[in-house]
Amino acid sequence: MFDTLRTLFLTALHAFHRRATVQYPEQQPYLPPRYRGRIILSRDPDGMERCVACNLCAVVCPVDCISLQKTEADGRWYPEYFRINFSRCIFCGFCEEACPTYAIQLTPDFEMGEYARHNLVYEKEDLLISGTGKYPEYSFYNVAGIPIPGKARGTSERERPPVDLHSLLP
Amino acid sequence: MTYSALLTIILTPLVLLGLATVLTWVERRLLGLWQDRYGPNRVGPGGMFQAVADGTKILFKQDWIPPFADRGVFVLAPAIGMMTVLLSFAVIPLPMHAGIASDMNVGLLFILGMMGLGVYAVVLAGWSSNSKFALLGGMRAAAQMISYEVFMGLSLMGVVMMAGSFSLQDIVAAQAGLWFIIPQCLGFGVFMLAGIAETHRLPFDLPEGENELGAGFHTEYSGMKFGMFFIAEYAGIILVSSLVTTLYLGGWRGPLLPPAVWFLLKTGGMVAFFILLRASLPRPRYDQLMALGWKVLLPLSLLNVMATGTILMLRASL
Repeated sequence: MFDTLRTLFLTALHAFHRRATVQYPEQQPYLPPRYRGRIILSRDPDGMERCVACNLCAVVCPVDCISLQKTEADGRWYPEYFRINFSRCIFCGFCEEACPTYAIQLTPDFEMGEYARHNLVYEKEDLLISGTGKYPEYSFYNVAGIPIPGKARGTSERERPPVDLHSLLP
Repeated sequence: MTYSALLTIILTPLVLLGLATVLTWVERRLLGLWQDRYGPNRVGPGGMFQAVADGTKILFKQDWIPPFADRGVFVLAPAIGMMTVLLSFAVIPLPMHAGIASDMNVGLLFILGMMGLGVYAVVLAGWSSNSKFALLGGMRAAAQMISYEVFMGLSLMGVVMMAGSFSLQDIVAAQAGLWFIIPQCLGFGVFMLAGIAETHRLPFDLPEGENELGAGFHTEYSGMKFGMFFIAEYAGIILVSSLVTTLYLGGWRGPLLPPAVWFLLKTGGMVAFFILLRASLPRPRYDQLMALGWKVLLPLSLLNVMATGTILMLRASL
């Protein structure tokens, strides 16, 4: 009997507690920087596309929602098209982990609602951003030992010049 | 019959249905208040039109009658539930004699009779649905409501003895000096519990018991037939609240404020208390419910009748 009345009283007291609800569209929830939301493709500090079309993201994707085709220009690899079907994507972040060039990244944004399902298929123009994303300094071709126009073999960061096999000098 | 009486007869059910519909929203907001959330607050100012949106939705839903159901009874049951509740309101004394038949000399008996008939709605719904959950709900409802009817009536005996009349208008008049909740506190407690059980509201909603019976007696109901059970339940809350107000809280009587405001305040407070009960108490087991009824409430109400009778007799002989 007393317990029941006490329960009633304590429940009534909850009228004066703070609301736990986040009034969503007016009041945005805090999303941490590592939140796994909408996927983007970033550029390196020089403004070139980071993606080298290695297909690792498409391979690791558990729901096969990434589709891309490699092409080559000026000694660099690029995706000819890069397509993510967000109606399939489960935002697991495996693609970001697999990416050797930090090109593909997940962002703290989930407001991607569409009325038609086919609008959820994002092409490269939709994915590519103008910035560097989470890694402002990183540029894959500057640390990789691949010669590109304007950068000869052996001139990358932390790379020694290639050994001249025909020389006897130490 | 005057036009004003006719107008009252037409308006009362309409206003009641409106109130019962709005009450669904009020309940959700209050439950939210006591559960540290907001509840529906999007449709209209403060979510006020949520009830309208829900009503519209339920009106447009498919009204399906299962092929295994007993068609006639199946359709009749929600109508009975609705009707008995609405008819009971005829004798509730509103301020300024605004009720339909509030000076009926057996008003209280009429309400008890209507509540007794209300059992049929639930039992027939459970029976005609022809499915096991609905039947179980119906059987529970029959046992629960009939046994709680017994001491609901008995607990009211004290009030009737003190007022010397079955007319609700006279009962309100008899509370001019002191509200009956003070001399009849025992009867008040028993009547409250019985009232909750009668409207099969939480924590005594065993006929519905959604975690064990699906939805109990209205498992097979859909569309507006379910809506009628729903609205009848909320109208039942208003009915029991206004009954408690009338019988124990002095009806529309009160100082300073006009009678209409007092009546609304008291009834609204009781409705809020009903919702608070829902927000805080767990549902008892079925045998606990019956044990509470027959082993605690029945002796208590008999004790109340005895004590009231003794005191009244002593007072008369002095």
